[in-house]
Amino acid sequence: MDTFLQQLINGLSLGAIYALIALGYTMVYGVLRLINFAHGDVYMLGAFAGFFIANAMHLDANPSILGAIVVTMGSMATCAAIGVLIERFAYRPVRHNSRLTSLITAIGVSLLLEYGGQVVFGAAPRFFPQMIRSETYSVGGVQITNQSLLIIVVSVVMMFGLEFIVHRTKIGTAMRATSHNLAVAKLMGINTDFIIAFTFALGSALAATAGVMVALSIPKIDPLMGLMTGLKAFVAAVLGGIGNIPGAMIGGMLIGLMETWIGATSYSTYRDAVAFGVLILILIVRPAGILGTASVEKV
Amino acid sequence: MKAIIGRFGLLALACVVALSATAGCERKPAAGGANPTTGDIPVGFYGSLTGESASFGISAREGTELAVDEVNAAGGVLGGRKLKLIVEDDQSKTDEASSAVTKMITQDKVVTVLGEVSSSRSLAAAPVCQRFSVPMITPASTNDKITKVGDYIFRTCYTDSQQGRVLAEFAYNDLKARRAAILKDVGKDYSVGLTASIEENFKRLGGEVLPVVSYGSTDQDFRAILTQIREQKPDAIFATGYYPEAAIIVRQARELGITVPILGGDGWVGDSLQGGREALNNCFLSNHFATDDPDPTLKALGQKFVAAYKARFGKEPDAMAALSYDSVYVLADALNRAGSTDGTKLRDAIAATSIQGVTGKLAINETRNVDKPTVIQEVVYKDGAMKFVYKTTIKPN
Repeated sequence: MDTFLQQLINGLSLGAIYALIALGYTMVYGVLRLINFAHGDVYMLGAFAGFFIANAMHLDANPSILGAIVVTMGSMATCAAIGVLIERFAYRPVRHNSRLTSLITAIGVSLLLEYGGQVVFGAAPRFFPQMIRSETYSVGGVQITNQSLLIIVVSVVMMFGLEFIVHRTKIGTAMRATSHNLAVAKLMGINTDFIIAFTFALGSALAATAGVMVALSIPKIDPLMGLMTGLKAFVAAVLGGIGNIPGAMIGGMLIGLMETWIGATSYSTYRDAVAFGVLILILIVRPAGILGTASVEKV
Repeated sequence: MKAIIGRFGLLALACVVALSATAGCERKPAAGGANPTTGDIPVGFYGSLTGESASFGISAREGTELAVDEVNAAGGVLGGRKLKLIVEDDQSKTDEASSAVTKMITQDKVVTVLGEVSSSRSLAAAPVCQRFSVPMITPASTNDKITKVGDYIFRTCYTDSQQGRVLAEFAYNDLKARRAAILKDVGKDYSVGLTASIEENFKRLGGEVLPVVSYGSTDQDFRAILTQIREQKPDAIFATGYYPEAAIIVRQARELGITVPILGGDGWVGDSLQGGREALNNCFLSNHFATDDPDPTLKALGQKFVAAYKARFGKEPDAMAALSYDSVYVLADALNRAGSTDGTKLRDAIAATSIQGVTGKLAINETRNVDKPTVIQEVVYKDGAMKFVYKTTIKPN
């Protein structure tokens, strides 16, 4: 029983990581119908930005919660700026071409960030400084660290925050309008260029948060860290229904739990295969995902 | 995804091997025939200067450079000829290792290849050296299969069959462990070989080994497999992978409340093992070299090496640096005895090596390995710094 509960907690901690990244994927897709494959790499940049800021502040020697918040904010701001730059110089020039062009551009940006990152940061893994003193809470034989708890809490807060922005604010209304019909939104006086840039900034800031949060719990960071994690978060977004914010959360948690349960059997090396098997299966059985609604393509 | 990458990797490797095989037929006379009797002697070094196990390659290069400069400063070899070190970075990639070695042999005409630390990469490069009849000396790859590739492949450190025995004996006799769990990185020949050896020896001693748990080199989350291990209540855990994963495994094990000793092999020797922080206490590793080894011969030699290394690189040398340092002296000694840079003569001279190195007595035996003692060290993490503290030395069989 202990083991079962522990694996449940393990799965939720891992799932929260995927959920955090999947939120950014799903939001950008929801507004632009673009699968931003560079999202996982912005997550990597977020971790590195946090790494440099935390080291500049010498947080390792005297960890503090305030310091951690400053690092997260700094990393979010850096990545938001990078997100806007990527949109301006990579996606905007091809926005009016076919959707496939954007998709391939996204893959190009992703590779650029991964291998550019290896040139700039070096390919050797680095260890993220300790920003918050690690503590383990034990409840009836089940152990959870404060960092894992923080990841779960942050991902839930982010999910509600995003829901609020998209559905309850003026800018959210403009985002949804842009998503429905870009040309008409423009005619209604919405500055669609700004809205799209804002969407990227928000998505990238989310990725940065994920990068810093994950680095707290699994401190090994390297320029390719966004590759596998980003792909799995993408699977999570598709599983939950891409474009659907609560769906990203559910998808992330499900992938995390599935991987953990596979990891607990003697088939532990098949955990990646399972995640991608799920992607294939969901695309065959229910392409819209768990919470997504099938939309009829108008011609 | 990983399976696909793995398959492409294999395919690429197959292409490289096939290419180098054809290249071998064409170029072999050139590579073997041109043996200038004057001028600098090109010596190849390949290692992981960048990538996931960069610490291995950087330490190895530093140890190698130090020894090459010492040999040259002392008058060189073969009556005054200098060693010229050619360095290639394989980026911690298996396929890059074989192409780096092919390049050094065919273009730079190196007389010997020194490297690698990682067993998978030595295994990829060894067939190339064998085909071109250029001796290869691996200073630090412990997988048993490497020197079995052919008669041009030598090793100047202990093997995994010894390392696994030593680790099993230490856990059983000194730590009094009776139930052991083993974590294996399925993507590393080193980890696979070491796991097999630990399992065999621990069972031979009368201990019980829980079913081996596998993971992949890119995994970051070990909580699921560690929770399964925790349920089976082992007295000791062996983590047979390399240092970057070991740091994470140790941390996550302690987070799950696993307090038993965790043991690793020489693959743990790397800077970023420190990422494991306080969790590293109560961990042990088998190693080739200890700066605080009490053996009088090794102490005297070791102090001289440590001082020279510190003066040049500003840090304490690790085992990979010490082993690589020794491998250069093995080569210099063999060159002098061979009296030539010819591959076959050099091979025979290396096979007859018997010198004292900083990591122990280097006497090449008939299997092209050396019989050296293994050091057991305890990892101590205190005040933000990691240290390996000497525990004991276990002699070879």
